Amino acid sequence: MAEKRLIVSSSPHLRSPIATPQIMRDVIIALIPASAMGILFFKLQALLVILVGVAFAIITEAVIQKALHKPVTINDYSAAVAGLLLALVLPPTVPLWIPAIGSIVAIGVAKHVFGGLGQNPFNPALIGRAVLLASWPVLMTRWVWPVSQAPWMQGFDALTTATPLALLKLSGIKTPYAALFFGNVAGSIGETSVPAILLGALYLIWRGHITFRIPGYFIGTVAVLSALFGQDPLFHILAGGLMIGAFFMATDYVSTPVTPRGQALFGIGCGVLTVMIRLFGGYPEGVCYAILIMDATTAVLDKFTRPRKFGEVRRGA
Amino acid sequence: MNLRSFLGGTHVPYSKESTASKPVRQARLPARVTIPLHQHTGAPCEPLVKAGDHVLVGQKIGDSPAKLTAPVHASVSGKVAAIGYYLQSGGRLVNSVVIESDGEQQLSPDVKPRGTIENLSPGDIVGIIRDAGIVGLGGAAFPTYFKLVPPPGKRFDTLVVNGSECEPYLTADHRIMLERPNDVTYGIRALMKAAGVDRAFLGIEDNKPDAIEAMRRAASGVPGIEVVVLATKYPQGAEKQLVKAILGREIPSGGLPVDVGVVVNNVGTAVAVAEALEKGMPLVERVVTVAGSCIREPQNLKVKIGTAIGDLIEECGGFVKEPAKVIIGGPMMGVAQFSTDVPVTKGTSGVLALSKDEVEVEDTSMPCVRCGKCVGACPMRLLPLFISQRAEAGRFDEAEEYNALDCIECGSCGYICPSRRPLVQAIRLAKSEIMARRRKKQ
Repeated sequence: MAEKRLIVSSSPHLRSPIATPQIMRDVIIALIPASAMGILFFKLQALLVILVGVAFAIITEAVIQKALHKPVTINDYSAAVAGLLLALVLPPTVPLWIPAIGSIVAIGVAKHVFGGLGQNPFNPALIGRAVLLASWPVLMTRWVWPVSQAPWMQGFDALTTATPLALLKLSGIKTPYAALFFGNVAGSIGETSVPAILLGALYLIWRGHITFRIPGYFIGTVAVLSALFGQDPLFHILAGGLMIGAFFMATDYVSTPVTPRGQALFGIGCGVLTVMIRLFGGYPEGVCYAILIMDATTAVLDKFTRPRKFGEVRRGA
Repeated sequence: MNLRSFLGGTHVPYSKESTASKPVRQARLPARVTIPLHQHTGAPCEPLVKAGDHVLVGQKIGDSPAKLTAPVHASVSGKVAAIGYYLQSGGRLVNSVVIESDGEQQLSPDVKPRGTIENLSPGDIVGIIRDAGIVGLGGAAFPTYFKLVPPPGKRFDTLVVNGSECEPYLTADHRIMLERPNDVTYGIRALMKAAGVDRAFLGIEDNKPDAIEAMRRAASGVPGIEVVVLATKYPQGAEKQLVKAILGREIPSGGLPVDVGVVVNNVGTAVAVAEALEKGMPLVERVVTVAGSCIREPQNLKVKIGTAIGDLIEECGGFVKEPAKVIIGGPMMGVAQFSTDVPVTKGTSGVLALSKDEVEVEDTSMPCVRCGKCVGACPMRLLPLFISQRAEAGRFDEAEEYNALDCIECGSCGYICPSRRPLVQAIRLAKSEIMARRRKKQ
């Protein structure tokens, strides 16, 4: 009897073919241009940092899940994404135990201490980076220029390399736009090339995985606020980790708001904090901490920005 | 073209190709029909016949004195074989009249023309609609006469007719608009008169250009009827979304279309109204889409109410491959059946046999990653992830604060969820718990 085998379950009986592992895989695909540019600029060392970061993220996830007798879910790609993102925001010069420890912290502490996929309040990759920066500040701020002799750097001591933001903050030197845009500057492996990051971001937007809302408010706020403080807005948009942070970290599903207004406020908050840290803080760069601080507000933002439900009468209307 | 729509919703694969171009065919006369006495929203009917009686087509076989109900009629002529509890869609046992067909299809003398719209009063039309047992044919099966009379202190100004047919696979309404546009407009005119309104909007999704064309032509000579082209998006045919898309009016939370002066009816319902007026024929048959990749010859069939869905599947050549699910209705809101031995009722818009490639059959749910896709897809602008999360934790008070009761169970969130969360199921649980607690408090 065929009828015996009919399955009875509740509607909807259709499911979108886009499942979470596919989204994670798309994020990895979207990060390929930025990774490739990092490897192009910073050569073998960048490739090794990336490989170690990803490998240790996956290994950490597997070991923890095995130890906790939970199903091992490394094939959902979420650990790989965290490891890759972490590697891309590290300086290319770091010894290889740095991405290893960073990934262990990102996956082991930031993700699994809170219950694993979907439960972490903070972006694991950024927690990994923050811990590394606090623990090994010298290793984490040792920068190299991708091209040995940048023509506009003539006369500047090549040994005391710094990122464009640090150059501006500490020495008042402004990196040309073209170099900033294409990423031919000192910086983390995946953060310097704006077209590569945008290419990946557009892919995610086209695939329907992220929207312009958070990155738009984030970058827009940085532009407006830096201009208000008499800074060059375009420089602040192109320099540092703003692009990769806005499109790949601030759009992290798990640690950011889900409501439209919550996302807008989140983006604005990230922008304000980034500019405040860059201009008045102890660090030349502020994107990482801006996003982490805003991650802490996510639950509150979601709670107080509930959309007006269909047919709900506005108060006072 | 400026397409009217609503916020939220999803683009589901429509899968309508297999039946959209096939004319409606009269189904074979079944050897026996099982007609449930309760196939509508409201009170069940009491049988007016007994086993052994001979009944004629269109003869009333069940009715109820309740305020909200709809009488049922014999769809075939023949002998009442039994009255008792039989399986109906969704696994319920419902008191039903089983009629063995004599193959004659003799009409009951009650089936005779009722007059024209011009010489009937609004009250007459409402009465004829009730007598004919007409309920909403879009799937909800709400008695039509009841909707047409506004509650005290309220009035209608507009009739909205649903020709959007946004559920995947279903093409019955599409074919009705193509093949019987004049009956649709006649029914709309009757409904307008009954509701006391002088304008009607017929909303059709833009993926049915031929139906739009046919209905525009049929409505061109009829004052007050306007065909509106809607964006193709699920759930465009949901009452609240339809009214919002066409009129820009938001039916208040917990309210009804009448709260914004609107009465909503389906195109199939309009045709049933036309039949009731012009021929005096009560609602004894309807168009059903039989489709899905497991059906050998998918088609739209005009089916006697009470026909077993197994008979329809057989008439469509049976199964080409083993179905994972047999669904009554559409794949987004329809009900999965464990047996094909259930009858077509007034609310049966489709019978789908879907393979395991078409429907998800295993529980593959993963942790929620808060992607927010369900928030973007919810046409009621709710936060499905939070409601379901509270429901799963048994915190139903919080689920209520998140407006669980406003969920229309369209399934958009469950469709879009990349983690395959059972969102609608959890929200349904919350709704029933909240309602149960409310009843307890009273």
